[in-house]
Amino acid sequence: MAKNKFAMGGFWVIVVMFSLCFILAWYCKDPNQVNLTNKFAPSSTEHWFGTDALGRDLFARILYGGQVSILVGLIATAVSVAIGIVYGSISGFAGGRTDAVMMRIVDTLLAIPFLVLVIVLQATLSDWSGDATRWIVENFKWDKEFTGRLTNIVPLFFALGLLGWLTLSRIVRAQVMSIKEREFVEAALALGYSKARILFRHVIPNVLGPTVVYSTLTVPGFIMYEAILSFLGLGVESPNSSWGVLIKEGANFLETEVQLLLLPGLFFSLTLFSLNFLGDGLRDALDVKAAKD
Amino acid sequence: MPRFLIDRLLQGVLVLFALYTITFFLAKAMPGEPFTSEKNISAETKANIRKLYGLDKPIWEQYLAYPKNIITEGSFGISTSKGRPVIDIITQSFPNSLILGLCALGFAIGIGVPIGILSAVRKNSWIDWACMTVAMVGICIPSFTIGPLLQIYVAAHIPGLKVAGWGNLEDILLPSFTLGLVSAAYLARLTRGGILEVLSQDFVRTARAKGVSPVQVILKHTLRGGLLPAVAYLGPAFAALISGSFIVETIFQVPGMGQHFVNAATTRDEFLLLGLSLFFGFLIVVMNLLADLLTGLLDPRVRHKGGTD
Amino acid sequence: MSLLKIKNLKTYFHTRAGINRAVDDISFSIDKGEIVGVVGESGSGKSVTCHTMLGLLPQPPAKVEGGSVTFDNEELLNLPQSLLRAIRGKRISMIFQDPMSCLNPYLKILDQITEPILIHENVSRKTAEARAIEMMKKVGIRDAEARAHSYPHEFSGGMRQRVMIAMALVTKPDLLLADEPTTALDVTVQARILKILRSLKDDLGIAVLFVTHDLGVVAELADRVVVMYRGKIVEQGNTRDIFEKPSHPYVKGLIACRPTLDTQYQILPTVDDFLKTEIRKDGSFILSEHPDSKERLSKLKEKRESSNKDISPPLLKVSGLQVHFQTGGGFLGEPRKTVKAVDGVDLQISSGQTLGLVGESGCGKTTLGRAILRLQKAKSGSILYDKNELNSLSQKEMIDFRKRMQIIFQDPYASLNPRQTIEQTLIEPMIVHGIGSNYSNRRDQIVSLLEEVGLGPEFLLRYPHEFSGGQRQRISVARALAVEPEFIVCDECVSAMDVSVQAQVLNLLRELQEKRNLTYLFISHDLSVVKFMSDDVIVMQNGKIVESGKAQEIYHQPKSDYTKELLNAVPKVSLSK
Repeated sequence: MAKNKFAMGGFWVIVVMFSLCFILAWYCKDPNQVNLTNKFAPSSTEHWFGTDALGRDLFARILYGGQVSILVGLIATAVSVAIGIVYGSISGFAGGRTDAVMMRIVDTLLAIPFLVLVIVLQATLSDWSGDATRWIVENFKWDKEFTGRLTNIVPLFFALGLLGWLTLSRIVRAQVMSIKEREFVEAALALGYSKARILFRHVIPNVLGPTVVYSTLTVPGFIMYEAILSFLGLGVESPNSSWGVLIKEGANFLETEVQLLLLPGLFFSLTLFSLNFLGDGLRDALDVKAAKD
Repeated sequence: MPRFLIDRLLQGVLVLFALYTITFFLAKAMPGEPFTSEKNISAETKANIRKLYGLDKPIWEQYLAYPKNIITEGSFGISTSKGRPVIDIITQSFPNSLILGLCALGFAIGIGVPIGILSAVRKNSWIDWACMTVAMVGICIPSFTIGPLLQIYVAAHIPGLKVAGWGNLEDILLPSFTLGLVSAAYLARLTRGGILEVLSQDFVRTARAKGVSPVQVILKHTLRGGLLPAVAYLGPAFAALISGSFIVETIFQVPGMGQHFVNAATTRDEFLLLGLSLFFGFLIVVMNLLADLLTGLLDPRVRHKGGTD
Repeated sequence: MSLLKIKNLKTYFHTRAGINRAVDDISFSIDKGEIVGVVGESGSGKSVTCHTMLGLLPQPPAKVEGGSVTFDNEELLNLPQSLLRAIRGKRISMIFQDPMSCLNPYLKILDQITEPILIHENVSRKTAEARAIEMMKKVGIRDAEARAHSYPHEFSGGMRQRVMIAMALVTKPDLLLADEPTTALDVTVQARILKILRSLKDDLGIAVLFVTHDLGVVAELADRVVVMYRGKIVEQGNTRDIFEKPSHPYVKGLIACRPTLDTQYQILPTVDDFLKTEIRKDGSFILSEHPDSKERLSKLKEKRESSNKDISPPLLKVSGLQVHFQTGGGFLGEPRKTVKAVDGVDLQISSGQTLGLVGESGCGKTTLGRAILRLQKAKSGSILYDKNELNSLSQKEMIDFRKRMQIIFQDPYASLNPRQTIEQTLIEPMIVHGIGSNYSNRRDQIVSLLEEVGLGPEFLLRYPHEFSGGQRQRISVARALAVEPEFIVCDECVSAMDVSVQAQVLNLLRELQEKRNLTYLFISHDLSVVKFMSDDVIVMQNGKIVESGKAQEIYHQPKSDYTKELLNAVPKVSLSK
């Protein structure tokens, strides 16, 4: 796998991106500091990428926006993987009627246009987030702004994750079913191992490989979805920002200040490129190993 | 084969039913009522409006009444944000979305599939590398980045191409291209993968052993099997086109269903939201069915077993 | 007059792991109209030779490093593609091992058979189709006109191979390359296919290069034999000469280690008894006769004392066992069909004995084996193990019996968990069943288990993929033995191996049986192997037992027609010793 230059390149880019967004960001200017006297400033030593329509430092905004975008991708993937592995394993391992019913449910849900549901779900959840914020602040005395930002993002994770586990569960199920047929599982049965032991010690370890690989490829998918939602005005709201939001804002000033669109767009695309190349590389490496077996 | 069709149709009904239920309850769960953003209206007027839209009846009645109305009266309710029957909105905007979608699909297939075939045939050459990178671009750069970029750099400079709007034939070009790009990218990758997979199969070696020329090996022996993953993708591709239309129609100001859908979500317009969701669901069920039929046409094994699974 | 002359051919594979000298300087020739059998085990290079001739190898990683292949005085090796294509399918045709994967699933049979005609000859489509159908009839496909419009998946394995043969011979080539065409087929189907090949060869006067690992097939079919080992030819000559007076130790070993229907050995000789291989540092090797071979062989022929084992009561007694499968059905699927995989079977085995279960694919023997172990649910019938009715036990109650009844599977590559080390694989059964008191106690036990199956303790921390098929099978045996069973079902456990490895594993099984007084149910499609291993034999067909009796009786005086057919179909090596 190390031989795949694209994949390795992707890996390093992601490492860099991570460091930028999560470590360097701390040392940057406040992305929310409005300075109306300094709108659309060109790049300078003080503002590396210049400023935006409200005089905010673009570089800082991109980095902070990256935090949200990447987090959304990671957490939504984690949620989908958690649900997907459990659901897919049970369905594949149980087989028979149980499996048939479980898969029908998945097929039905899959046929529903994802974005349609997410949009509706988001519309509902984001309205509730206002109430939720108040409730938390009242009862737990958390900081209002922080809570507000949290309740804005967290439903998004769940909306995406709740609907994104479907394809993953299918993949897990397919893997489980093929492993189930292998003779070492029959041997385990013949040796009197309990089904639980077989599932956890023999089946799932052999399933994890492909599952991890495919989940690497779902991260960029979720980042993209978040961006789409934000672009449509249904995702992240201020004071949070994400790359999607930044691109949307940038699109408003297309004719004059192209960099407001291009720079966030560049970071966004670069991250997605890298994740995809990395995922592809992992998948190719996995296939080779499977073929060698 | 007929069994297969019936099975799919029943599943389609199930899907629509599930979609309706979920969307209905979500829409009802949305806080805020229609017209709350309008100027202050008296409580009485509010009550009247609610009565008018049938919003005062218990939830279960509303749940059952809606599909009943669709079937008996062909009515999808009235859009609270536009004040017009939903069905009118749909019939007006559908043709635009349809044209957009078909052209986009055309772009997607016309660009994606040949690139995929070219890549596969010239595997590991610079052509392959170039094509797959372009495909990756299509996947990673969102339509709302490409769209605006096209707007300034292409539309602004070529006379006759409006930056946004919908009236002349040329106006279709940019939006459908932007919309079709993502699907083209996926189709290219899937086609390449599918053809490479088939090329590695034993029967291709048999064909070579018979003296079949390389061109014929690709055209006659490989294509049918190689295109299967791409055909299987057509169903989801269609769904992607629908989702993509939300963005593209917004950017290019195309008066289609996608735009209305986004507006319905932002203005919390229940009926419009429900109506459009159901309509999208219906379209997708039909498209999935067509894609499955096409798969059956290409793969005789599917035809005889009566369905994949 | 030689039709095909191969001289000093070298084909190497350049992989990351090094250079694989698949074909390493071989020379032989084929005359018009003769059948040459190229025989060898896996890795001998026999298939690669065929593929090289027609230029079918992917050029990286393969590379023809030298030599020449002359066909009708024309050099094939560096021929430009367009000229090579003119020869492929027209003057030299090839058929392959697995007809299912080798036929295009998306095209009709007729299209595939007419294709070579249409490419190479200038005839109308109608003429081509007529010739194709005629050829289909010649290879024995009934209703040729109707079936021509079917797809490959609608045919059985034997039928598909006939289609391949028709496809290859429809252009009346001069030479047919046959790469293990009958290896994947049942023995009766194989017999028919070989018959077709022989008659067509006489009919059309074609030469055939027949690649196989099966000595019996070569003995019956070929005029001349070429024996390959690790890329080199170790011996070649007339069939009679090779089989009656083999000179090379490897050939002697190969012939001897194969159990035949009239084998006299009690323990099979293995190739190692005849052959000594010295591997030099640069990867090349020297083969020589093993110095002790005569001595070792004479020991093997000593007959074992036939113990009086018939007296003990049956350890396992099966009566009226039925195992049915449902197909189709489901939500608007195809109509439900019941397949009676096992249709009323009775059998019994006494302690310490081996019952051989023989039959062709689909006869139900594998299902029977699994049903006895309750890995497969039986519909009805009784399984009495040591007087306990297994069918009435719950899966939980079965666990106690699982210590006493074990199974070894066919595919060594799939029977071990790839993510567990050998140590983990072997210790787990002990932990589950509470054998051994602590870790070091168990570890000692598995080290001695490994020794018993002929492997050393250095294997413990390695993973399955680091071992060969034969070694993995031994590990599977060790795993089965870890719970100290009395009864073991051997389900085609040597079928996936080369003959030389097979002999070693069979000997191991016999040895273990003597030492531990094991009882075997030995399932296989290979009659010779079953005869060698078994005291009693039952023959299955379509879920039913068609004949049963003592091994010697069944083979020398078969009563049922099916058994007779099976015995006749086995290709024989007549070794006049």
